[in-house]
Formats: sequence, C-alpha cells, structure tokens
Amino acid sequence: MNEILKVENLTKAYDDLKVLDGVDLTVSKGEVVVIVGPSGCGKSTFLRCLNGLEDIQEGSVVFNDEVINPFKGSPAKVREKIGMVFQSYELFPHKTVLQNMILAPMKVRKAKKKDAEKEALALLDRVGLLSKKDSYPRQLSGGQKQRVAIVRALMMHPEVLLLDEITAALDPEMVREVLDVVINLAKEGRTMVIVTHELSFARAVADRMIFIDGGKIVEEGAPGEFFDDPKTDRLKKFLESFSYN
Amino acid sequence: MGFEVLLKGNNMLRLLLGVWTALRISLVSVLISIVLGILIGSIMTLKNPVIKVITRGYLEFIRIMPQMVLLFIVYFGATKALGLNLPAEAASIIVFSLWGTAEMADLVRGALTGIPKIQYESSAALGLTTTQTYTYVIIPQVIRRLIPLSINLITRMIKTTSLIMMIGIVEVLKVGQQIIEANRKSSPNAAFGVYATVFLLYFAVCRPISLLSKRLEKKWEN
Repeated sequence: MNEILKVENLTKAYDDLKVLDGVDLTVSKGEVVVIVGPSGCGKSTFLRCLNGLEDIQEGSVVFNDEVINPFKGSPAKVREKIGMVFQSYELFPHKTVLQNMILAPMKVRKAKKKDAEKEALALLDRVGLLSKKDSYPRQLSGGQKQRVAIVRALMMHPEVLLLDEITAALDPEMVREVLDVVINLAKEGRTMVIVTHELSFARAVADRMIFIDGGKIVEEGAPGEFFDDPKTDRLKKFLESFSYN
Repeated sequence: MGFEVLLKGNNMLRLLLGVWTALRISLVSVLISIVLGILIGSIMTLKNPVIKVITRGYLEFIRIMPQMVLLFIVYFGATKALGLNLPAEAASIIVFSLWGTAEMADLVRGALTGIPKIQYESSAALGLTTTQTYTYVIIPQVIRRLIPLSINLITRMIKTTSLIMMIGIVEVLKVGQQIIEANRKSSPNAAFGVYATVFLLYFAVCRPISLLSKRLEKKWEN
C-alpha cells in the first residue's frame, strides 16, 4: 500500500484545552477514510489540521514524505494538492459558478483560461449543473452550491480531498444529490478523508471507519465490523444514539 | 415668483460658479477621505487594543461634534491657538476630510469584518496565497459592499458644504443670499426663486450620484 498522508501523535490545544490528543492516522492512496464522532469531539479540527488551516502543538502531518504541519514553506503549495470542501459551501458570492471554478486553477496552477473552462464545463456536466455555469451562488440551492464546491475543489487536481460535514447544512431532500457525487468519486478511486453524520452514507463509501471521541481515536476498523460489531462501549453508545428502537 | 432675478446680469453664472466651489471642496475632501479612510479602516480591523481606543475615540469625537463647530474650531481656533492663518477653503477641506475619513474608516472596517473568516479559509484551501486571496476574493467583495455606502456619504458631504459660507466662503448658497440681498427692492419675491434654484442645483448634483449607487447595489446584490 502506498501511503499518501501520515499523521503522527497530532496534538492540538487552545491554551490548556486539548482538542486533539495524540492522534495517529495513515491514509493510503485511493482509500476513503470516514471519521465520525459526537459534536465537539475534534473531528472537524482534525480535518483542518490536515491541510494546515490549524496549527498543531505536537506531532506532525506528513504528505507524500513531506512534513506539511507544522509547515515550513508556503502552506499554499501544499493546499493545491489537498482539496477541502466545507459545511457552508463557501463559494465566492461575487463570482459566477464558472468563475468560481477557474479562479484557483488560473491563478495557482497557471492554467490557460480556455483549458480551465473546458475542464470546468465537463465537471459541471458530470454533476448535472452545466446549465448553472453563469449563475451566481445566491441563485443556487444548497445542494447545488455544495456540488459546485466539490467540483471547484476537483479543479485543482487534489491528491487528497477533505470533506468537512458537507451535508450538515443541507435540507434533507438535498443530501442525496451531494452524497451521490461523493460516492462516484470514491468509485473512481479518489483518496478522501470525510467527516460526516450520515452513517448509512459512511457505511456505503468508507474503506475504513474512524471513531473520535474526546480528541482521541477510540476505535477504527472496516465498516462492516465497525457498525455491526463495535468493540468499545463508547462507540456502541454513539451508534445507539442514531437508532430509535 | 422671483425667478426673474436669475436672468439679470450674470446671476445664473454666479450661482453655477458657487456650485463649483462647493463641489470642488467636497470632491477634494472625498478623495482624501477615501484614501485615508481605507487606510485607517484597515488598521481598525487589527486586534491591537491601543489602536482600537485611538481610532474609536477619533470616530466618536468627530461624530458627536457638529460639523459647524468643527469648522469654527479649525478656522478661527487654529488662527489664535497655533498662529496658523488658514485660508477658509483649506480649513473646510481639513474639516470635511477629518469627518469623511472617520465615517469612511468605519464603513471600511464594517465591510472588512463583515466578510466571514471561512471565506479566507476556503480561498486558502484552494491553494491561493494570502495576497491572491485578498486580490481576487476579499477586496472585490469589500468594494461591492462599500460603494453604495460610500456614495451615500459623498452626497452627505456635498450637501453639508452649505455650512462653509459660515466661514466666509462664497459657495452656491451664499451667492443666492447675495443675489436676494442685492434685489431686495426690485424683486421682493426673489427668495423663493433663488432658493428653489439652489435646491434644484443640489438635486442635479446629488441625484445622479445616488442613482449610480442604486444601480450598483442592484447589480451586485449577493
């Protein structure tokens, strides 16, 4: 297996409060790792440490044999290769869908406008939003915005994609259209680290499940075992909190 | 109705020159205010407590003080206290710039802090550098928020120049008064015609500016 991302003893603290406490994780190329856990357990913070949006107090994040957090050089260089999609979409409101997608490729990768546009249109077509290319974000529904945010991240050809609760802000009927996009990406063999509350989606898409609680990895494993035969009481309790019988 | 006095001699031309005086002073002040306002407004977003106290103090002081009092302090006060013999026009520009800068700085601060932090992060997550983030993502959004508000400020500044006749500058309102005084005997109704004309002149100057603001607002509504 081909390691792409290696996290060792990652510790993140705000003053004296440890949010993440010695987390280790290795992600292989093409692997989909899904992280679940109760709110405030540090899973989103963990994701943000992976592309250097948060600094860390101890440990390291290694991406393709290069230490990227704590970072020495320009964090922008690394983020080109690690895409991230946020809960609140964060499209640029003053730009159209197409302009949102080609900005970073043109400015960061120095792609030609014509090439970037061609690629953007192909991606929009794939997620069924070609007709929205000249719309502004305010004219789109939440699910449409989030699909644009995902393909905008893909425009940078990231080697790893981080998805931070991308359906948490969506109306229930829009969750499916976004998750279908992610499931297709998984089928293509994209490397992804996903934080989500959608357990059935997690089960469908994950190669490996991680349960974080209190800033530590409490349990991890293949999705079958993880959901049907949890080893720790804390994971059992967490999974039970999602069922109504 | 008193409009006929405007046709006497070069009265209408004098009124228009008065408008130009008012406009010249407000435009110079607006330019200074925009430049300094952007600078100070950006500084105000820093978390430094000393800067916060100083800029807040400046802003509150200028806001509470009536512009006319400020004009008197700078024009008459500076002469006595500092031995500075300021021309009236310079004094007006100083006062209007002090006021405009304070208001503009607060608008800039508001526009800057109104951009959510996660916009910076989503830009960074795409690999854009800090400079690129400001250039392509943050500043264009700030400008879109700022322009309608600052245009409103500009029209307020133009209208408030009617105060500068109090320190002896002959701008449009003063010219109007002079015309009325000079024709007191021959056209006792001149006041209505002349002031109505002054009103229309202000309207002609400010209306296009506020229309522009409305158009931009519509174009940029996000």
